[in-house]
Amino acid sequence: MNPDDQEELRAALLTDIEGPQPVERSRGYRVRAVIRGIGEAFITVGALLLLMVAYQLWWTNVEASQAIAEERQEIEQAWADPDPGAVTPTPTGTPKPVTDKPLAEPLYGTGFALVYIPRLADHVWGLPVTQGTGKDVLAHGAGHYADTAMPGGVGNFAIAAHRSSHSEPFANFPDLQVGDKVYVRTQKVWYTYTLTHDDPNLTPTDTWVIGPVPGFPGSEPKKKLITMTTCTPRYGSTGRWAWWGELSGSRYVSDGPPDGIDPRVVPS
Amino acid sequence: MYGWIWKHLPGPWPLKALLALALLVAVVLVLFQWVFPWLEPRLPFNQVTVDEGTPTAGIVLPFVR
Repeated sequence: MNPDDQEELRAALLTDIEGPQPVERSRGYRVRAVIRGIGEAFITVGALLLLMVAYQLWWTNVEASQAIAEERQEIEQAWADPDPGAVTPTPTGTPKPVTDKPLAEPLYGTGFALVYIPRLADHVWGLPVTQGTGKDVLAHGAGHYADTAMPGGVGNFAIAAHRSSHSEPFANFPDLQVGDKVYVRTQKVWYTYTLTHDDPNLTPTDTWVIGPVPGFPGSEPKKKLITMTTCTPRYGSTGRWAWWGELSGSRYVSDGPPDGIDPRVVPS
Repeated sequence: MYGWIWKHLPGPWPLKALLALALLVAVVLVLFQWVFPWLEPRLPFNQVTVDEGTPTAGIVLPFVR
């Protein structure tokens, strides 16, 4: 029997005979208690850190997947498509040229578009785009940088999304290639952007990347561009990666989705 | 600390074990529901936007590539 237990036992026996006894703690006992306390504190800190990692890498994905699905549903309900899931995949006749002006920027936190990127289809197929780029917005899809162009607008339609955690929509961002299509659907119009170039070595202060004419502040925008930003390295936040593209087509939703894609079926 | 908690949980050991488990679940729940969501934006992870605000000439880089 170790000395601590002996002391406790002695105290317990004496309690039976003579009433409560103060337990005489030896010096060794106190030293052991302090060391045990320090050890437990370390174990606790370790467990907390592991839990935080689990929260970041797993739980935020669970929550965000749910939030993204809800946001998408909200947008689709607001659009009130006759055929939810978005209209005939096989267009009939010659599509009418789009004459609608781009949407006005909605209030912060309002979803207004769905994005489909065949190259990133496992994450970005009907990804909601919501106004603003706060963390609360990015927790349920892509965020639209305020004061940048809206889909189809002259200037730069700039969006951001997570590459890790929060359902990691841009997890496979590096897989994108020049010429890849990015389909952006608003209530009435499908916009097709074709990617032109990227820069994986940006810093968080490179705000020029979302400018109306990226890299040329003050010059009059003529093209209709898209910019997508995310973090790099993955799981880090020291750098930024951006892809740029240019509008290559638009058609009314009533004429069917572009290039024969089917928004209801995630391509494999 | 853990010894102290164990000593102060009531009942025989199966009940103690059950209560300890309930305590653990409660702690994890509080962490995931309130503590971590509060902490997360304060940590330098998962930032995906270029800083917004007034674009100043100093940070505008020439357009390469």
